[in-house]
Amino acid sequence: MSLASLSANLLLVSFIAYLVATLFFGGAVKGAKSEASYKNNRWGKIGISITIIGFITHLGYFITRWIASGHAPMSNMFEFTTAFAMMLVGAFILIFYLYRTPSLGLFALPIAIIIIGYASMFPTEITPLIPALQSYWLAVHVITAALGEAILAISAVAGLIYLLKNVDLTKPSKQRFWLEAVVFTLVLVLGFVVSSTTFKMTGYEAHFTYIDKNEKPAKIEYNYPPLFGMNEYEAKTPEAMTPWAELPAVINAKTLTTFVWSVVTGTILYLLLRLIFRKPIALVFQPFAKKANSQLMDEIGYRSVLIGFPVFTLGALIFAMIWAHEAWSRFWGWDPKEVWALITWLFYAAFLHVRLSQGWEGKKSAWLAVIGFVIIMFNLIAVNLIIAGLHSYA
Amino acid sequence: MSKIVKCQCGHDNPFGIVLCERCGRPMTEEAKNSDVVDMRYEGSARRSQTYKRSIIDKIWNFFSSVKIGVSIIVAVLATSAIGTLFPQKFYVPVREEDMLDYYERLYGFIGTLYYKLGFYDMYNSWWFKILIGMLGTSIIIASVDRVIPLYKSLKKQRTKRHTSFMKRQRVYGLGPSENPDLALTNAAEKLKEMKYNVKTEDGAILAEKGRFSRWGPYVNHTGLIIFLFGILLRGIPGFYVDETMWIREGELRSIPGAPEFYLKSKDFSIEYYTKEEADEVFGAALDRVGTIVKNYQTDVTLYKKKENLLPGSTDMDLVKDYSIIVNKPLKFEGYSIFQMDYRLNELKSMTMQLVEKKTGKSFGEFTIDLDDPKGVYELNDGAQVNLIGYYADYAGVENGEPVSKSPIPNNPAFIFDMKTPDKPKGEKSFVAIRQTLETEENVYAVKFVSADTRDISGLTIRKDKTLYILLLGGLIFMIGVCQGSFWNHRRIWVQKGEGEELLVAAHTNKNWFTLKKELDEVKDFAKLPSYEDRRDNESIEQEEGEK
Repeated sequence: MSLASLSANLLLVSFIAYLVATLFFGGAVKGAKSEASYKNNRWGKIGISITIIGFITHLGYFITRWIASGHAPMSNMFEFTTAFAMMLVGAFILIFYLYRTPSLGLFALPIAIIIIGYASMFPTEITPLIPALQSYWLAVHVITAALGEAILAISAVAGLIYLLKNVDLTKPSKQRFWLEAVVFTLVLVLGFVVSSTTFKMTGYEAHFTYIDKNEKPAKIEYNYPPLFGMNEYEAKTPEAMTPWAELPAVINAKTLTTFVWSVVTGTILYLLLRLIFRKPIALVFQPFAKKANSQLMDEIGYRSVLIGFPVFTLGALIFAMIWAHEAWSRFWGWDPKEVWALITWLFYAAFLHVRLSQGWEGKKSAWLAVIGFVIIMFNLIAVNLIIAGLHSYA
Repeated sequence: MSKIVKCQCGHDNPFGIVLCERCGRPMTEEAKNSDVVDMRYEGSARRSQTYKRSIIDKIWNFFSSVKIGVSIIVAVLATSAIGTLFPQKFYVPVREEDMLDYYERLYGFIGTLYYKLGFYDMYNSWWFKILIGMLGTSIIIASVDRVIPLYKSLKKQRTKRHTSFMKRQRVYGLGPSENPDLALTNAAEKLKEMKYNVKTEDGAILAEKGRFSRWGPYVNHTGLIIFLFGILLRGIPGFYVDETMWIREGELRSIPGAPEFYLKSKDFSIEYYTKEEADEVFGAALDRVGTIVKNYQTDVTLYKKKENLLPGSTDMDLVKDYSIIVNKPLKFEGYSIFQMDYRLNELKSMTMQLVEKKTGKSFGEFTIDLDDPKGVYELNDGAQVNLIGYYADYAGVENGEPVSKSPIPNNPAFIFDMKTPDKPKGEKSFVAIRQTLETEENVYAVKFVSADTRDISGLTIRKDKTLYILLLGGLIFMIGVCQGSFWNHRRIWVQKGEGEELLVAAHTNKNWFTLKKELDEVKDFAKLPSYEDRRDNESIEQEEGEK
């Protein structure tokens, strides 16, 4: 078995381990009667052991891929997102040993699973580095930035648990609506994974030529039935469907097609779930959050921002500036990715200030943590795929 | 101005005090009426909370408010986001005057609006700079307003606190003790073991740990101010150089922004990943994407003008040979030269021959150096070609004259005067790529034979003396933010109350969970009364339920 395929298999093992561990954490939360038994539950111990095994194989994936490619596996969408999931699990393990809360695992691991699933929809083969990425700063900057983001993401997980527990989900309210919206978004990501996998398995391909925004001819390949065509497109695959509409050059019609397919699939999935459970999906998750101590979740949320913020600053701003100065001749260029890293940083700075001096604790703080995660995900997904810039490697 | 508020304990507090600096008695009506007292700045007298009259007070109070600070942060955040909607000016590949068209063509009406409102260059706009300036002002004033009174309060705090202070702490307990003195001694011993700094006074203990974490925010704010100051300095000439140069292979040019220095380009090259070297690992990616660039490189020689030379002299010393690649700029005397761009295959010279049209007989070849097109080329049999017109970037004829739209030989055109033994007066011919014009039918013609090309490197020259200031600012920020995040300021008070009673109170600026764990250890060891956390209702309820 080559190193590259060993690496892929290790990742698969981690994926399965996280799935199994989630079940055990579920058992720990359900089975626990009191606070004390919840903390030292046998199911919880098995859950964390399996999580650690998964984390080790995940680390194995990372290291073997590094050796196989000769560079830190952080150079494209698949690699970055997979590593982000790994660090999320790592951060969870750290917080678990600080606070011993199985509930956190019950929510953190499924999020890591969805993230790995999302990552795997992007091209997974090992790509050689373009000149701008050939530097040890690739490893230093990207790993630190991803680690910071992962620790910050834990605060969103704790926030979500806090909200599921404390928001009254029995009657309609703004908070209930938004909580359900968060759950719906997660289902949409699942929709993307399901639809993308389906068309990949059927081997769907549609080729087009088009005129790009600099008025140059270009080629593109769709893996979904093309709902939207690129600017002045010409179909090269006759049996593929004819796009409904042709879009202007600034909109990537392929990305939009993928997005619409994912939303449609995700919505169908969501409606099916609603039909099965006959209540808001957030309400389905609520019993799993009930055992968590609110004060503790609030504290975990705050603590992970306190730990994640310095790491994020170092990786996503300071190291980023040093590298940008070496590679692009300036430490700061208002590239969209840079700006969104700054926005993320400013957001968490505001979070810390309102928490410290305006006393925003509990629900407010939990909502801020969730919004922070949305900003991080926006920077990862939308800025890479929609807003073109120097960082669009995927 | 210096009014004094005297506390019952005899301590003179500055005007505006909330909690007595020494014993902690609440000094304001608001503090007296609260169950849990606000400990954020130790109830110290902050200028912004005390003086509210003059215009300076008002400005001070405005900027010292965290609410205002957060609003400025959110304003910077929101406007920054708008700037990423469409590309900024410096990422747009057209000239300034064509920019409106560019935004309109690609983004329609919103694009036009984006341009007209100045969002296409918003990070350099006056209002964005003002926002950043306000952020800086807010950081300075808000920090000064808090750090000095906080420092004084923490310095003056007494070990023995008034009962009213203890009672108003979030973690508080009161209960009888069998042997209060023994409990106090044991508690002090245990707390010392737990690395607390323990002070005792008259039946009271103050155990304190990690006070320096309280300075974290002020240290990191100092770092930010140094950083912003560094950015301000870039406006001063000499601190900051940002130039670009295009240099052709074989060319020697003075380096813009770096007087005295010259650069010669020996070669520019691009390398691609090949399947042979990249083996099975990268094969799949190369199949999918096509070609992937491996390296951009300009081989250069750096020269420096000799010192003490007469003006106009060009005698130079070789400094070094270097290969500039991406991520490895050429560095010398504070300057860095970066590989940024390239153009391939610019025409360098063209070789032509003079022929007789009918027979095809050649009088020999001649080469025109496009950098320096020479006048007369002598050929065989006494023939000669005279170059009387050169248009490097020929763009058609205007007013009967050929015109060149730039000095770059993108589309060279020539006017030749061909003198041959049988046409000694010469024949004129206009020769451009794939085009020959003659005023009247000529017997002879100049024909294109071959061309030599060269590559051009696009380089950026930077000098930034502010980098070390920025780095220092970043470093101080990191120290401060770690200091404030990874350590906690914890205090535990234990003191004798009335009779055989003991009072316990504790406070931390964050991470109450660990504080309570530590307090539990001390409680169990020294048999202190049990306490409650008046914020954690769930645990209280649970405990009561279990009872």
